[in-house]
Amino acid sequence: MILNEEYRLKVGLAEMLKGGVIMDVVTPEQAVIAERAGACAVMALERVPSDIRRDGGVARMSHISLIRGIMGAVSIPVMAKARIGHFTEARVLEALSVDYIDESEVLTPADEEHHIDKRDFKVPFVCGARNLGEALRRIGEGAAMIRTKGEAGSGNIVEAVRHMRTIVKEMRQLTVLGHEELMAEAKRHQAPFELIEWVAKNGKLPVPNFSAGGIATPADAALVMQLGAEAVFVGSGIFKSENPEQFAKAIVKAATYYKDAHKVLEACEEIGESKAMVGLEISKIADGELMQTRGW
Amino acid sequence: MAGKVVGVLALQGDYERHVRALEAAGAQAVEVRTAAELAATDGLVLPGGESTTMLKLLHRESLFAPLRAYGETKPIFGTCAGAILLATHVTSPEQESLGIMDIDVQRNAYGRQLDSRVVTLPSTLGDLEAVFIRAPIIRAAGPSVHVLATYNGDPVLAEQGRHLVATFHPELTADPRVHAYFLSKL
Repeated sequence: MILNEEYRLKVGLAEMLKGGVIMDVVTPEQAVIAERAGACAVMALERVPSDIRRDGGVARMSHISLIRGIMGAVSIPVMAKARIGHFTEARVLEALSVDYIDESEVLTPADEEHHIDKRDFKVPFVCGARNLGEALRRIGEGAAMIRTKGEAGSGNIVEAVRHMRTIVKEMRQLTVLGHEELMAEAKRHQAPFELIEWVAKNGKLPVPNFSAGGIATPADAALVMQLGAEAVFVGSGIFKSENPEQFAKAIVKAATYYKDAHKVLEACEEIGESKAMVGLEISKIADGELMQTRGW
Repeated sequence: MAGKVVGVLALQGDYERHVRALEAAGAQAVEVRTAAELAATDGLVLPGGESTTMLKLLHRESLFAPLRAYGETKPIFGTCAGAILLATHVTSPEQESLGIMDIDVQRNAYGRQLDSRVVTLPSTLGDLEAVFIRAPIIRAAGPSVHVLATYNGDPVLAEQGRHLVATFHPELTADPRVHAYFLSKL
């Protein structure tokens, strides 16, 4: 297995983020609002996914001055995104000392066959996944945190639910199989055998499993937590809502008290009549514009 | 310790790892998110995580005062963010804390995640593997604070009466001795 000392540190920081909300921010001012609302980390980027979707074109790593400004504005961990396979962007972010790199399908992929060799880095990585095989391939490459992809920038929870349910179900199925059946499963999932074995034995991923892509309300956050997410990423859902500070606080509360319907009710009431971000129906998004299908 | 229940503050952070570590050390552990749940415990762990997030939820959920009162009669063990919450004075940046342990703590004092590290340290409990993650440093400790381990000359495991703090994460190792030591205070 890959559980050496450095890997434990990488996974360790992910453990510290559990039960929390990681918020996308595009300015130092937004980062301060996120921290004040109770975010456990922020993702520094130039445009939130819904704007990337609207603007089109190639989405790249953010400007360094922007990320640096956000790192200087808050005391919580700061993450930043690199394009899939763009190991040079990742090296730059590592040199900048960001706390986590998201090798993200939200940006335009730089390599349509290979992801970054993440074991080779000292900084930890998070990667998106839609199913168990994809999650285990990323872990095999060295990702220290998995987030279900959902459909970023859609404001629609349906894909996040689909991906979390898929991963949880596929893990559960492995736990009831005999050891002699696992190689066929590794083949079916296109995943490393040792990781299939680990999941079959433990019934969970060897790294924290967070949820992302479409979370727009406190109830959405509580839903994915109930389905097995250990923390949530909220992208466009906060700063594209009518009242970002209220939404941020309410989503933080819902992520902590996801099992307690009365507390989630309180969180829903805290947003008053403010509108959530406008959502998109997934079937109305052209196939070529889906972000979740990026990654191999 | 028999029949005693240890709570783990489960607002945010690696509370699940603490529950497992406490169980491995022989305790009955429960997650605590409300004042009623807190009142039903005999000791409490404040886990690692983000101290700013926990602090905000403590205030919004009206847990700050109950927690401070709890510390007057019952033992609390804080790791990393938990140690920050227990301190009397917090810097970088300054933030409110419970003032239960007479220590001054500087947040993220080793640097960012790239400066996180695993080291082996001598302690009064024997050699310990210490996992530091964006860890704080205890810059000063009052006369009633008893230091159990240091790293680079700074206290990293310390007690004051019934309370215990670690700036590292014993819950991320398989070694139950630090949790067992806390349980001996119940």
